[in-house]
Amino acid sequence: MTSSIRVRATANRDITEVQALIQHPMDSGFVKDAKGELIPPHFIQELKFACNGKEVFVADWGPAVSKDPYVKFSFKGAKKGDDLKISWTDNKGGSDETTAKIV
Amino acid sequence: MKVRISLLLGSLSAALVAFALVSPRVLAADKVDPVADAKAFQNFFFHKFPNVKHEDFVNGPYSMNEDMKRQWEEKEEFPPYEFALDAGKEMFSTPFKNGKTYADCFPNGGIGIRQNYPYFDEKEGKVVTLELALNRCREANGEAPYSYVKDEMASLTAYMAFTSRGKPMDIKIPDDPRALEAFENGKRYFYTRRGQLNFSCASCHVQSPGERIRAEILAPALGILNAMPIYRSEWSGMGTTSRRFITCNSQTRAVPLEPQADEYRDVEYFLSYVANGLPISGPGARP
Repeated sequence: MTSSIRVRATANRDITEVQALIQHPMDSGFVKDAKGELIPPHFIQELKFACNGKEVFVADWGPAVSKDPYVKFSFKGAKKGDDLKISWTDNKGGSDETTAKIV
Repeated sequence: MKVRISLLLGSLSAALVAFALVSPRVLAADKVDPVADAKAFQNFFFHKFPNVKHEDFVNGPYSMNEDMKRQWEEKEEFPPYEFALDAGKEMFSTPFKNGKTYADCFPNGGIGIRQNYPYFDEKEGKVVTLELALNRCREANGEAPYSYVKDEMASLTAYMAFTSRGKPMDIKIPDDPRALEAFENGKRYFYTRRGQLNFSCASCHVQSPGERIRAEILAPALGILNAMPIYRSEWSGMGTTSRRFITCNSQTRAVPLEPQADEYRDVEYFLSYVANGLPISGPGARP
């Protein structure tokens, strides 16, 4: 199974720009399937980015975020070669994490 | 009023003269001439959009609108079809239960061949699309066929298109009356109005590319297949050429055909042939 997370983190002097794409259905719980039955809610609740053990971006998400979410942000204080750890947990207890090197 | 009538008569007689002059060519037009058709088709778009680079037509609506193009270029750095591409690559290299792989079914191991599909199969007398060939490959190796519209099929074709990126579309029409007929059928299907809205494929994609239909910008028909398969935000997922044809039919409130119906295969043949020379850009991303 390949990771559900794709990350690209590039350092430019002091600023590190991070782009991430996460594969997740993000079902809101309000949509019906072809049989007319509600698809139960299934969404990411917490998304964390940590650089060298320090959290740099934490998101508390709800059902309003779209399928396969895309996140882009930048932060200060990292350099090329540092580790960036990305992890998420969803409302059904599912989770995934990956580590990327800042380039 | 008098002036208008005389103008009308004048133009009528001019038209008659013109008709008399070109009538031998009108007769000649009864013959199927794909080379001339492709040239006329491309020139129509090149003249209509003189500012669009020829190879840019394969980027659909993004070639028509600066603002959308800017957003798309940023998105392309991290494209939404990436998961499908990775899945497709893995599927493509995973052997079937009998130990063979997709590579055994295709010329050049299936790599960099997207621009040659669909092709006219002279044994079968019909057009064979890449999607069809993939499922035939699966069945010949004792595997169940995939759905033609999305998921696995879209991932596989995404990977195959990716290995062909930048190569010019290169569809051949063999010297065979059945091939010419397939081309002509596809052309007829493309220009025939159908459905409750009475739209043909050409109503949107020849007559009005670059214009809006509600919030969407219509893509030009030229090069529209070079980007297949596509990730559509509207689908929040991947779709194949079959899926695109089916949704086009439903959106004009016509009854869609079965995926890989003869008409769809022919229209794919026609549309791919007239895009000859333009690069493969698939897999694409669309709004």
